[in-house]
Amino acid sequence: MKFQIASPSHYFTDLRLPWSRHLNDWPEEHFVEVARGIHRNVVKFISHKDQVYALKELATPIARNEYRLLRELEELGLPVVEPVGLVTHRDENVSAAQSNGAAPTTSVENRGLLITNYLVGALPYRIIIQQGISPEQMHQMLDALAELLVRLHLSGFYWGDCSFSNALFRRDAGLMAAYLVDAETGELLDELTDRRREFDLDLAHTNIAGDLMDLEASVGLPGQLDPVDLADSLVERYRNLWAELTRSDVFDPEDQYLIEKRISRLNELGFDVEEMEITTVDNGKQVKMVPRVVEHWHHKRRLASLTGLQVQENQARRLLNSLNRYRIILSEQDGRDVPLPVAAYRWIAEVFNPSVQTIPHELKGGLDDAELFHEILEHRWYLSEASGSDVGMPFASKSYVENVLKKRV
Amino acid sequence: MASIKFEKVIKSYGDVNIIKGLDLDIHDKEFMVLVGPSGCGKSTTLRMIAGLEEITDGKLYIGDRVVNTVHPKDRDVAMVFQSYALYPHMTVYENIAFGLRLRKMAKDEIDRLVTEAAETLGLAHLLDRKPKALSGGQRQRVALGRAIVRKPSVFLFDEPLSNLDAELRVQMRAEIANLQKRLGITSVYVTHDQVEAMTMGDRIAVLHDGNLRQVGSPLDLYDTPANVFVAQFIGTPNMNILKMNVSEDGKQLVHADVTINTPDNWKEGVEARKGKEVFVGFRPEHVRGSEEHEWKNTAVINGKVSIVETLGHEVVVHMSLDHEKKEFIAKMDVHKTPQLGSTVELHINTDKLHLFDGETEERL
Repeated sequence: MKFQIASPSHYFTDLRLPWSRHLNDWPEEHFVEVARGIHRNVVKFISHKDQVYALKELATPIARNEYRLLRELEELGLPVVEPVGLVTHRDENVSAAQSNGAAPTTSVENRGLLITNYLVGALPYRIIIQQGISPEQMHQMLDALAELLVRLHLSGFYWGDCSFSNALFRRDAGLMAAYLVDAETGELLDELTDRRREFDLDLAHTNIAGDLMDLEASVGLPGQLDPVDLADSLVERYRNLWAELTRSDVFDPEDQYLIEKRISRLNELGFDVEEMEITTVDNGKQVKMVPRVVEHWHHKRRLASLTGLQVQENQARRLLNSLNRYRIILSEQDGRDVPLPVAAYRWIAEVFNPSVQTIPHELKGGLDDAELFHEILEHRWYLSEASGSDVGMPFASKSYVENVLKKRV
Repeated sequence: MASIKFEKVIKSYGDVNIIKGLDLDIHDKEFMVLVGPSGCGKSTTLRMIAGLEEITDGKLYIGDRVVNTVHPKDRDVAMVFQSYALYPHMTVYENIAFGLRLRKMAKDEIDRLVTEAAETLGLAHLLDRKPKALSGGQRQRVALGRAIVRKPSVFLFDEPLSNLDAELRVQMRAEIANLQKRLGITSVYVTHDQVEAMTMGDRIAVLHDGNLRQVGSPLDLYDTPANVFVAQFIGTPNMNILKMNVSEDGKQLVHADVTINTPDNWKEGVEARKGKEVFVGFRPEHVRGSEEHEWKNTAVINGKVSIVETLGHEVVVHMSLDHEKKEFIAKMDVHKTPQLGSTVELHINTDKLHLFDGETEERL
């Protein structure tokens, strides 16, 4: 048997588990129940040292390929489940203890086990929709999936099976963020041709229609939305974002500010510009600008560099807004411009930490600190609207615990 | 219905040629299997048919039409993947029909097409069932139903069985091959598994390093491999290949461990290679103990038994040669299994030899 472990934070080699047996033959006592989607392959969840891991049974070459791809995508900083390890050669040099002394009923010859870290706070689309969401939230999920597909394509990744089923969704400052959880059919290329990109989008269109029609047949869709319309809208969202990120602009050489404007718009969308190609056209009368957008999570990286906080993109956008507002207040109080790094330090100490520290651990309900802070900001806004003046963060935090979190429990 | 023709097709990425001038005719209604090791270009070839890879040079025809620049959606081909999952809350009917609904087809037309596909697939009596009430094979047929309901001119299969367990894979090979015969739709099937290729294809195209090494029926490839690569790629266990010298008079093929009288049917091929090297191939089933055969023309070879694999009615015996650090393999009767470590004298059926040029590795 051979273990490959990808992450030093997960030395997951508990040899008491029956690795040499097909997952179908493992005793049920090893598994834990978590929110899960529909899987084509056998997928089970186990708990080890306070962490939950997903185990997936695959043919060895496919397991190897998926393990490698997830690692490469993770290194590129893309939103994917964290690959933890791969178990192969499960029928070789196996002790009786490892096989639990019993002959396996299903062969594991040429079968691999892929281990990924269970993404805390992320849910399958089916659970989210079954729990009840508004049409607006349904559209947010489509936005998140379209954005994920665009990001993967910008990095040269051909998914080959983009669907709601193969993604997980996490709350992200009132919006949704999508994570790739299944890369079995994927390929990471130097550059994705338009033909393959279009084909990938077509597969996504079909798969998402299927996912939503299935949901319609079981629990229905929010607001009687039509699955075909929703699937069509995913394509439209993808195309709009792709065009926004990759289109070239032609403008008058006098209008240099348009370059700044374009970069600013791309940053606003969460992307950075690695390179801007600018050429003169029409005998120098016009300038053509082609941005090369390869990196992303602009706000996430910006916030991390200022505060060390590791959060999702929309959360980062929200938190940066709060930080910038606080900087203005500080500058007014001091009568001079407070440098951003100084404001960041004080914002963490005086605004962010005190707000989230008012929340008892047992009331957090699986939400991370950034999401809780976002909800406090929302709550503050509602309270301030109702009272006609700003209620401030300390009051909003306490009210949020008493009037929102305690009622959720 | 459609034929497919590759005419001197080249596919390059930068300076690297992935497909190096492919000429291949796939006949109307034929089941063609593209097989070869990883990186041979088989998936790229399939993707060129689908329109997902642009062709660098040459022409690709589907039917009478050159499709080099035709958009994938306009090629009338259907890709069948390994990844089909059935939707658990939808009936068999809905699982087959959903792609048509997505295309906003009229309900009557959807009804007609689904009913027709279900009849072809033997699923007509199961249309109201949910996937959990189906057997593994029936589920796979429903998945195929999604592809056939669109009535494409060409089916493209990209390793569709690679993640199935062994039992279901064997079952599905037969399902797909039978279905293809019934539908009579031109099909191109990519696999790295030569057993799958041999059991499914009307013809097989063997690719290696971007070159087409041979195309022919499974038996053609097995009985008359065109080169050393095909000889060793097709057949399990692999064909034994020895590098031997042609004697100066051309009457013998000589190796330190075995001397073979040149069979009559090879004399002409050997004539121009007197005193030169050739590759000599013999399949494991054409090596036996002296009491195990009634072959007319044989050559003696000695080997030391290193591995014995029992397959039930027969054993696969790996033996090492005395004078060359190389193994050869024999398939023997299970009751005549030699002892591990013993040295045994075996006979090669020289009427079943394969000879290849020592330099080009092409068949003589």
